Amino acid sequence: MTAAAAPGAILPGRGGLGGALSDAFWRNPKLLLFVMLTPPLLWLGIIYLGSLFALLIQSFFSIDEFSGLVVREFTLKTYGELLRPSNLDIIVRTVTMAGLVTIASAIIAFPIAYYAARYAKGRWKAIFYLGVMLPLWSSYLVKVYAWKLILAKEGILSWIFAKLHLTPLIDGWLALPVVGGNSLSVSPTGTFLVFVYVWLPFMILPVQAALERVPTNLLEASADLGASPRQTFSHVLLPLALPGVIAGSIFTFSLTLGDYIIPQIIGTSHLFIGMAVYAHQGTAGNIPLAAAFTVVPVVIMGIYLWLAKRAGAFNAL
Amino acid sequence: MRSDKQSRTPMGLKIAAGLGLAFLHLPLLLIFLYAFTTEDKSYQFPPPGLTLKWFAVTWNRPDVWEALGLSVRVASISTVVALVLGTLCAAAVSQTRFFGRETISLLVILPIALPGIITGISLRSAFNLAEIPFSFWTIVLGHATFCVVVVYNNAVARFRRVSGSLIEASMDLGADGFQTFRHVILPNIGTALLAGGMLAFALSFDEVIVTTFTAGQQATLPIWMLEELVRPRQRPVTNVVAMVVVLVTFLPILAAYYLTRDGDQISGQGK
Repeated sequence: MTAAAAPGAILPGRGGLGGALSDAFWRNPKLLLFVMLTPPLLWLGIIYLGSLFALLIQSFFSIDEFSGLVVREFTLKTYGELLRPSNLDIIVRTVTMAGLVTIASAIIAFPIAYYAARYAKGRWKAIFYLGVMLPLWSSYLVKVYAWKLILAKEGILSWIFAKLHLTPLIDGWLALPVVGGNSLSVSPTGTFLVFVYVWLPFMILPVQAALERVPTNLLEASADLGASPRQTFSHVLLPLALPGVIAGSIFTFSLTLGDYIIPQIIGTSHLFIGMAVYAHQGTAGNIPLAAAFTVVPVVIMGIYLWLAKRAGAFNAL
Repeated sequence: MRSDKQSRTPMGLKIAAGLGLAFLHLPLLLIFLYAFTTEDKSYQFPPPGLTLKWFAVTWNRPDVWEALGLSVRVASISTVVALVLGTLCAAAVSQTRFFGRETISLLVILPIALPGIITGISLRSAFNLAEIPFSFWTIVLGHATFCVVVVYNNAVARFRRVSGSLIEASMDLGADGFQTFRHVILPNIGTALLAGGMLAFALSFDEVIVTTFTAGQQATLPIWMLEELVRPRQRPVTNVVAMVVVLVTFLPILAAYYLTRDGDQISGQGK
């Protein structure tokens, strides 16, 4: 007689279907595990992974140039199309934007995270936590909309600059070739600002988590040994916080790579990867090319995650 | 000396942190101001005057109510599906050790880790291949998939703190598996599930990227807003809707925060 069957030998079996089922689960924990895991695995496996595979397969199809119909035969032609200069431009533009947004978020996030992790106590800690969580969870579209109000020509930002007699500063910036445009809401600068705003909380939380684990006495030891605050920051604090920054950068980078709504609403008519995907699958009906385009962020994120894992960023999540 | 040093906050850090928080919150406050503006042709600042009339106008708009209704129904059903799937998954992962545990955590997190546009277009192309027409349920299918992760995260964190000896004690005292779940496990994880459910609701209520691919011609509230953003037609109504959305999403987040904050007091801890 095995140990698992022993309770059955002492107590009589329970009556009824529920009792029998309960006994069966107790005797055979693997059965319980199987019953618990089947529904979520079926859902995620079939609906989600199934869809991802459907997408991947379609990226190896091509589109017939004359009829505009999808040809369901294996080909690498669609990936070849991805390498056209105009499409490469889109990829480079998106990756550059994602990089800049990530750097700016890290710079703005660091003081907030450091203050919250080291100096905020009790009530202030809660205020800082909610102060990050509320913008993080509040509606994405409303946040974008708020920036449409801010960046509009007749909006608050122009008003503030006019009151300070700094309007030439905005005009001068907008006249610059790459970052400028007709107004802030149709310039790459505007797109950049909105991206930073919307993804900033995703950077703050992991950085704060990493900073909370830095022992205070390390910083004191550094100061005792004669390091200036600047040296302590660059030689002690920053290396210890780096995994958190990298963990945060996974979010800011990935979210910027895949977004197509922000550059569509606030920005120029130059496409980003997400917009290209949307345009190809929608009006153009070129699902193979759209699918191939989505493989780009997946590959980039794959490389990024692999590098981040090597830097130990996953322990900070 | 030591405590002296700790309590003194560098002024520069205080200012930088304060400015950062202001950067996060001022744009949201602006939304509240614009809901009352009398200007209806542009985004003029400062508003030429303040009025309450747009609230009445919005109240009488059937398209806003329809979009709101659809959003609430989708979010409710997605939340229920996510609660069931997320709790099952969390229970399996935290209470037992088995081969492939890490893979399951990854699988649950993947729908939210990959950019939404990938989830969206892959669902759409799968619907195309399987020739499933767009409906209420195609939206729910997409939403529930990425809502599982928030429930799962909350439940896993709580399950870790529910002591295994409690469950064994319940069994020893003669309760069967279902009774143990009903009277021992559920009261302990209840608030975490409630919090996870609220966050899932907020996530689904607000989702737009995946929805644009799975909704077809139907408009949830975020899709209604997106159309207004791309082609502004009724700015004052959009202002009011934006303000209401901010308020509606704040409440579940605050509630979820207070529900999980006291999560340290779980019975059977410290064993």
